[in-house]
Amino acid sequence: MNLGTGGGAGRLPAAFMATGSSSFTEFIGAHAPELLPSRRPLPVGVTFDAPHGTTIVSLTYDGGFVMAGDRRATMGNLIANRDMDKVFRADEYSAVGIAGTAGIAIEVVKLFQVELEHYEKIEGTLLSLEGKANRLATMIRSNLPMAMQGLSVVPMFAGFDLPSMGGRIFSYDVSGGCYEEHEHHSVGSGSLFARGAMKKLWRPGMDAAAAIRVAVEALYDAADDDSATGGPDLSRRIWPTMAVVDVEGLRFLGDQALAAVVEQIVADRRGNPGGAR
Amino acid sequence: MTMPFYVSPEQLMKDRADFARKGIARGRSVVVLGYDRGIAFVAENPSRALHKVSEIYDRIAFAAAGKYNEFENLRVAGVRYADLRGYSYDRSDVTARGLANAYAQTLGTVFTQEAKPYEVEIVVAEVGENVDQDQIYRLTYDGSVADERGFIAMGGAGEQITAGLQERWRPGMTLGDALGLAVDLLRQDPAGGPSRTLTAPQLEVAVLDRARPRRTFRRLAGPLLDALLSREDPTTDVPADDDPIPGRHDTLTGQSAPPDHQQGDPA
Repeated sequence: MNLGTGGGAGRLPAAFMATGSSSFTEFIGAHAPELLPSRRPLPVGVTFDAPHGTTIVSLTYDGGFVMAGDRRATMGNLIANRDMDKVFRADEYSAVGIAGTAGIAIEVVKLFQVELEHYEKIEGTLLSLEGKANRLATMIRSNLPMAMQGLSVVPMFAGFDLPSMGGRIFSYDVSGGCYEEHEHHSVGSGSLFARGAMKKLWRPGMDAAAAIRVAVEALYDAADDDSATGGPDLSRRIWPTMAVVDVEGLRFLGDQALAAVVEQIVADRRGNPGGAR
Repeated sequence: MTMPFYVSPEQLMKDRADFARKGIARGRSVVVLGYDRGIAFVAENPSRALHKVSEIYDRIAFAAAGKYNEFENLRVAGVRYADLRGYSYDRSDVTARGLANAYAQTLGTVFTQEAKPYEVEIVVAEVGENVDQDQIYRLTYDGSVADERGFIAMGGAGEQITAGLQERWRPGMTLGDALGLAVDLLRQDPAGGPSRTLTAPQLEVAVLDRARPRRTFRRLAGPLLDALLSREDPTTDVPADDDPIPGRHDTLTGQSAPPDHQQGDPA
């Protein structure tokens, strides 16, 4: 990190004292662009295998939303990681899940988390939910050149909207397009199957417990048909990452509570592989 | 033929220092003092929006006296410094000492090289795992740094308040006692006149609460601040939980949730 250029030795450089911007991304773009995930050009025409994250699901319920992800990362036909977390706390009221090249995706999420906290500290207020969704879109958009070389990142963002007191889900495409989704959405390689499951299981007026169950069912179905999505691992006791967000903020469901839900669903599917309907 | 006047470096520095000191002395005072479970900041500041005390990072806060636009510029630079360090290394690698050094270099350079020195005095404080690890740094307009133990007062009545703190501050005071002491000293007229009354709306109060996880900075306001300042009320510390109201949780007011929303417990 470069802190030592400017008029006097050791003085904070001009970018630190510049007025006007409350964006951390803009600040490091001006001061230390090598720290931005999108500013590391790759040699043209070269592709390589890097770990990929797979399926993320999110659905709203009456009073909030849940976002859940499986734990597997794959590299070609290999399992690169069995217990990777792909759902993150963006701030107190929002969560972001990632599918795609894991290394870059995690860096984007880290930058996004700092971006939100930085804004909060400088401005003394929370960014609006649309504002957060748009900041993330800008980050994904700037990653387009890398996406075209095979290192794509597709996030899903969801937040609790304080003015309307409900959960809202936003999806993205690799070019940075940001779209609001209603009721439920899924991204990643197993998303087709998860989306099908949620379409059949989602009901208006569900409570948090029902939404958690639907999320686990959807991930189970994704893992059932997509080899890159990890199913519940009972022998290693690895459960999906499950974020529950309501008016009180975001919390990750603990292993114990999750184990009970997952074990129940696995038991219900014995002899009934299609699961709940 | 005109000749440029010769001004000795001593005279030049003295003039600049006098200028900066006068600017700072016009401002109202700020007190930073340690208590048994953290570090408290008390400033006389009727504004709810233009803060003299602010969060920098998880365990680090900033307090300033003097010219608002200048210390606001330094505060933003400090937040950028801390967030950049935390982003490129780790959250635990952001320290008050590093930030104080960066501020010192900046203030020192401005003092000697720019048309006018900054008319500010700032404090960078970091709450540690225990009282012995608390750090409070005072930085003055010329870039000098002092590592203070326990308390600092700055601004117009800084010297009188420091004298009062030397006499009456004790390690291990409760938050209630520490705030009471700070307000009592802020009320006194440095010219020796009768004490003013200072109530919660005229004060900006914040703490770095040692017991909180991650971000430890909280502003205090509302009924909670009234209770802490009152001698009759038994409240001596901030609650462990944030206000149960939706929105940003940077302020503790002691108000409870609006009764109209009820949440089901999942799973």
